Amino acid sequence: MTHLRALESEAIHIMREVVAEFRNPVMLWSVGKDSACLLRLAQKAFAPGPIPFPLMHVDTCVKFPEMIEFRDKYAAEIGFRLIVESNTEALKSAPSMQNPGRYCEFCSKHMKTEALLGALEKHGFDAAIGGARREEERSRAKERVFSFRDDFGRWDPKNQRPELWNLYNTRVHEGESIRVFPLSNWTEANIWQYISAEDIPIVPLYYAKKRPVVRRGNAWLTAQDSRLLHEGEVPEERWVRWRTLGCMPCTGAVESKALTIEEIVAEAQAATKSERENRIVDQGKASMEDKKKEGYF
Amino acid sequence: MPNNPHEGVSVDAARELLAQRMELLRFTTAGSVDDGKSTLIGRLLVDTKAVFEDQLAHVQEVTERRGQTGFDLALITDGLRAEREQGITIDVAYRYFSTPKRSFIIADTPGHVQYTRNMVTGASTANAAIILIDARNGVAQQSRRHAFIASLLGIPHLIVAVNKMDLVDYAEERYDQIRREFRDWAAKLGQVDLRFIPISALNGDMVVTRGEKMPWYRGWTLLGLLEDLEIGTDRNLIDFRFPVQLVSRPQTEDLHDFRGYMGRIESGAIAVGEEIVVLPSGLRSKVKEIVTFDGNLDHAFTPQSVTITLEDDIDISRGDTIVRPHNVPRMESEFEAAVCWMSDEPMQPRKKYLIKHTTRTVRGFIKDLRYRIDIDTLHRDKESPTLELNEIGRCILKTQKPLYCDDYRENRATGSFIIIDELTNLTVGAGMIWRERHEAPGAAE
Repeated sequence: MTHLRALESEAIHIMREVVAEFRNPVMLWSVGKDSACLLRLAQKAFAPGPIPFPLMHVDTCVKFPEMIEFRDKYAAEIGFRLIVESNTEALKSAPSMQNPGRYCEFCSKHMKTEALLGALEKHGFDAAIGGARREEERSRAKERVFSFRDDFGRWDPKNQRPELWNLYNTRVHEGESIRVFPLSNWTEANIWQYISAEDIPIVPLYYAKKRPVVRRGNAWLTAQDSRLLHEGEVPEERWVRWRTLGCMPCTGAVESKALTIEEIVAEAQAATKSERENRIVDQGKASMEDKKKEGYF
Repeated sequence: MPNNPHEGVSVDAARELLAQRMELLRFTTAGSVDDGKSTLIGRLLVDTKAVFEDQLAHVQEVTERRGQTGFDLALITDGLRAEREQGITIDVAYRYFSTPKRSFIIADTPGHVQYTRNMVTGASTANAAIILIDARNGVAQQSRRHAFIASLLGIPHLIVAVNKMDLVDYAEERYDQIRREFRDWAAKLGQVDLRFIPISALNGDMVVTRGEKMPWYRGWTLLGLLEDLEIGTDRNLIDFRFPVQLVSRPQTEDLHDFRGYMGRIESGAIAVGEEIVVLPSGLRSKVKEIVTFDGNLDHAFTPQSVTITLEDDIDISRGDTIVRPHNVPRMESEFEAAVCWMSDEPMQPRKKYLIKHTTRTVRGFIKDLRYRIDIDTLHRDKESPTLELNEIGRCILKTQKPLYCDDYRENRATGSFIIIDELTNLTVGAGMIWRERHEAPGAAE
């Protein structure tokens, strides 16, 4: 069996374990390329039946409009239950986007982590399936497939349950939960291979197009929303695309003319920088490890 | 387009990559602080281009901040902050790289803190283990311990990398001496595929490239061996075992009567029309369909995840196992196993634990600890009253309901289980089911 099909089978096995052993699971859907694979895997795991859990999108309210449009269209097409949650209360005291570093800190804390923890609690989910991969980031390399979270949604990296073979310990007390990562063993290349092999639809922002952008630091940022512009900045039209999708103020684009999956993969293969390099959020003072300890996905 | 960083990579190459039908090899490494494990992994990742520029820049920066010169390969695998601060590895970390021939997953396990627990965890899913030996120090306790655990966990291939050859002048005599010593000791482990390679992880000799310092060595480079190691036979392709994960009853209009059994084929293969028997009921039927999202299959094999429907309506639920009538696993509620204890709280004989085995979770207890294995001397301690954290012993377990199990040596998936404390929900132990006639490796007295 090829590596890709073995990874597929492993992910299906993991999702079925979740449905068999948890009372109220949810799948987090970020609308990005990893989520796209996750969604296809969920379809495969439960076919010919429907996906037996809802998909939840935690909307930071500064996502690309193209992502929201794609989300709603795709959800209607496949026909799963979609939950959208936002921390609208916190948004009222949001700092100006003129300072992206500060805005990102706010967004990560309140619009992502707090919003997620609030939503998980509100719906009483005891398991949340996510698309994180161990290869992505240094602290994720140590994450379990079934990763325990305490009453406060926190991760304790030094005190994780041992995880052997494919025997997952799914037991939690009331209020505790498990984050589940079926794509743990996938690499970025595997994600693209799978999208290509399965012909999975992805948000058009992954493909190159002439778009209005501004140069800030070493990244191209979208200029499609006037709130995002600093004083004196003049947008220019460039051929760009995104390697990874997040919020508009902090996710940089790369210059590219890739119009097909093959061309995207050619770029990914030649890439000399990791895919999160263009994300301001990952470069702040708080590391992914710290954010994960607080409950970040 | 200004300074295109992707210049020179063709779309044809990408098309090739997308179509690649690569195989996966999982291996584990373990070692103590100074034997160069992190350097070796860093070397493999850098030389196979699995590390990005910004990550390398970060390593460079940290190296300089520490006032060191050069480029500390070991920093590439640094994970958690406590590890960076203390210069140690705390937990199993998983690393990924690939070559045109294969994809690799490294289970990178620390050699000192909680060594057994982590080594056992890393070894549980590995096809091969790299055992590092410092050429200056020879075969250390640590290397023997790792080799023992690797063989206990049923890893078929042990690769002994004699590292730091640069510090012994790349001397063939030294390498031969270590090889002989290890081979003699490893005879105790029983049947394993044992390979030796002299390397210098620091300088890269015999890791990815051959280097020029050891013309006397004519074998594989480490990566060459990892790429070509024959692993097709590591899986059990004979005994069909299908533990049921979920019963699918969509009850939608078009699937009104559909009743499918979802699971992963843990070993062997099955075809439509074949006769099966369901455990524990013993009821027989025939495979009607093998259903997948991509259409029905005529046959399926391990490790595919599929949904099976049967000719007859019989009562089947999660935890049941579907097998062939003439090839059934053992059904036992009392069995012998090698158990590795993983909790701060020592094992309590006769305390009720939960045993998770395939898709079945049952109550059980340790009826008897026959002996504890001293993993340094391989001596059997029959007087030991209990197993403490990081200890391994041979136990007799009793469960409330039977398990449908095979010998771990013949079938990892149906021969393994984890032990969960019902009160704390922690995973406190891991076990490998072992019949009397199969002695633990090294246990021959």
